Amino acid sequence: MTAFVQYQNIFTRIQVRPPAAYPGVVQEPGDGAREGTPTFVHLFGRLGDAQVGPIYLGIMGLVSILFGTLAFLIIGLNMWASVNWDIIQFGRQLFWLALEPPPAKYGLQFPPMRDGGWWLVAGFFLTISVLLWWARTYRRARMLGMGTHVAWCFAAAIWLYLVLGFIRPLAMGSWSEAVPFGIFPHLDWTAAFSIRYGNLFYNPFHALSIVFLYGSVLLFAMHGATILALGRYGGERELELISDRGTAAERGALYWRWCIGFNASFESIHRWAWWFAVLCPLTGGIGILLTGTVVDNWYLWAVERNFAPEYPTLWAPISDPALVQGAPR
Amino acid sequence: MRSIKLSWTAQALIVLAGLLVLLIVVMTFERPPVRSSQNGFRGTAMEHVANPRTAARQVAANQVPEAQPPADGPTDDADKASAVYENVQVLGELSNAQFVRLMVAMTEWVVPQHVREAGNGCNYCHNPENMASDELYTKVVSRRMLQMTRTINTDWSTHVAQTGVTCYTCHRGQAVPAAVWSTNQPNRAGLVGPHALGQNLATPQINQSSLPFDPFTPFLLGDQDIRNISTTWHPGQNSDDTRIAEWTYSLMVHMSQGLGVNCTFCHNSRAFASWEQSPPQRLTAWHGIRMARAMNRDYMEPLAPVFQANRLGHPDAPHPLRVGPANDVLKMNCATCHQGVNRPLLGAPMLRDYPELNMVSRGPLRTSDAGSAGGPPRN
Repeated sequence: MTAFVQYQNIFTRIQVRPPAAYPGVVQEPGDGAREGTPTFVHLFGRLGDAQVGPIYLGIMGLVSILFGTLAFLIIGLNMWASVNWDIIQFGRQLFWLALEPPPAKYGLQFPPMRDGGWWLVAGFFLTISVLLWWARTYRRARMLGMGTHVAWCFAAAIWLYLVLGFIRPLAMGSWSEAVPFGIFPHLDWTAAFSIRYGNLFYNPFHALSIVFLYGSVLLFAMHGATILALGRYGGERELELISDRGTAAERGALYWRWCIGFNASFESIHRWAWWFAVLCPLTGGIGILLTGTVVDNWYLWAVERNFAPEYPTLWAPISDPALVQGAPR
Repeated sequence: MRSIKLSWTAQALIVLAGLLVLLIVVMTFERPPVRSSQNGFRGTAMEHVANPRTAARQVAANQVPEAQPPADGPTDDADKASAVYENVQVLGELSNAQFVRLMVAMTEWVVPQHVREAGNGCNYCHNPENMASDELYTKVVSRRMLQMTRTINTDWSTHVAQTGVTCYTCHRGQAVPAAVWSTNQPNRAGLVGPHALGQNLATPQINQSSLPFDPFTPFLLGDQDIRNISTTWHPGQNSDDTRIAEWTYSLMVHMSQGLGVNCTFCHNSRAFASWEQSPPQRLTAWHGIRMARAMNRDYMEPLAPVFQANRLGHPDAPHPLRVGPANDVLKMNCATCHQGVNRPLLGAPMLRDYPELNMVSRGPLRTSDAGSAGGPPRN
């Protein structure tokens, strides 16, 4: 057994196995105990830490899982019902099936259960589940004496979820504006949403959201690659290198100054990554919220503000045939 | 540090997973070469995507049968089919030679191959004992179809231009064209209410999307408004929601699939609604939608009683059923003629060889009893 361990491969060949499972920090009095005997799972060790357990859910976690399970079951049973309880069709069509929000005629009223009521109930349960899980991420971080950065990241995602399924439908005055629960149906809804509102690509907040989405990916790739590349100099010991720049930090910094003329520090790179990640759903949610409430056709909006360019057409121009007198409808 | 070796089970599972991924890639991706040609201004991503293998298949599938030897028009009234035969209602202006020529061509175009090869081609529509009789429903339908062909070629040149259509454009040697539709009323009661019933099932006609699966009944039979993109950016003037837009989207997916083209064949996809930026094909397609709607309303729907009385079809060609699950008549959409190419039969000007089709009389037909008859008599 060697004590010296090198992380220098894209795929880890090393599993760190302590002689005994790590019990975790001492909890505050009054907090429920962590339960179960810890074990090790080899496959987990290939991806991260091999240790599983002991587990703490608490009342909040349990209630969250309960409501999440209820929402999952309601959605699944509605999908199954929509193929007349045919289990084979349920399997074959699973990606096509959906639980749809109520039709427009009900507005914000509570519709009959089979006409979108189940959608409202499932959405309500799912929201309870998600919000409780958020509170859990916050409370667990506090309990461990951590900052609450993870909870606020999660909150940014919840913001987008609530805009799509709750805030924007409220603003539009109809639950029918919300997204269906379903794999392909929600994707088709997204495409139809963009087309109906005159092309979301001319929505500046959509553009910002894409910048932060792709920016997050870029930063993640740059950071991950830098740390792996510095593995032979102990670069993964980032926290120590924040305050005490060793050879790994110096090399990484110099590398990026050579490549792009600028380098983040071992601390600030995480600030960059956090803001990019958080701003992606925050700006995206603003863009969705403005669509239909403030701007009904983003393309025409962009034309009026002179940032949708005019292209030459390569054919003799045509005009709307419906405007010709006596045209068929 | 422990040396790591996966168990045989784990290794076998990884290999299986890899094979599964490979299978999905091979089964769902199109094998190159995929070639794109630009059909709009640079930077607008207006491209037509084609694969030479697909193109070769299309050429093979869209061969036009050799034209019958031409026939001269009538020399005098005595030479007209109306004078030569009895009960000639729509082809009376043709000469005897033209009449026979068209009958031969129609047999080749519409009568199923096995019936033709068995030597029963004429009997598919006619009682051999009495050719003038209307007792077979197929003859009654053929008359209306001839009138429909004339209407398309005469009144709808906005869509079919001078290329025109013949029976073969849709029928391709089959009694029922390959791509037809009937109103799709799913029977999915119980937990799921009516609003969600019209969508979220994999459906071939709309390219296996989860969009509303019967865009034809509202748009190609009814005249529900297809447009739902706002004409101003100010909100509050357009009550169509995203779900209503999905119906239009579904119709457009059908058109794209039926014609084998992308969205950008007819639209500049950055502004779908803008006519100013649309290629001229969109104008042709606009008239095509109205044409399909008019044909379904004026020709197919009125034939419903005839087909309902003969829902099992002709005894020699009983498949498919001549009505839909809701007992409605089979109707046409874009794919009925186009069959996957943007110009049916790849633009072959077949009508040019058959001037007889432009001599069809569109006058009112004498009533026949085939519609109310229980079924065709067996010969």
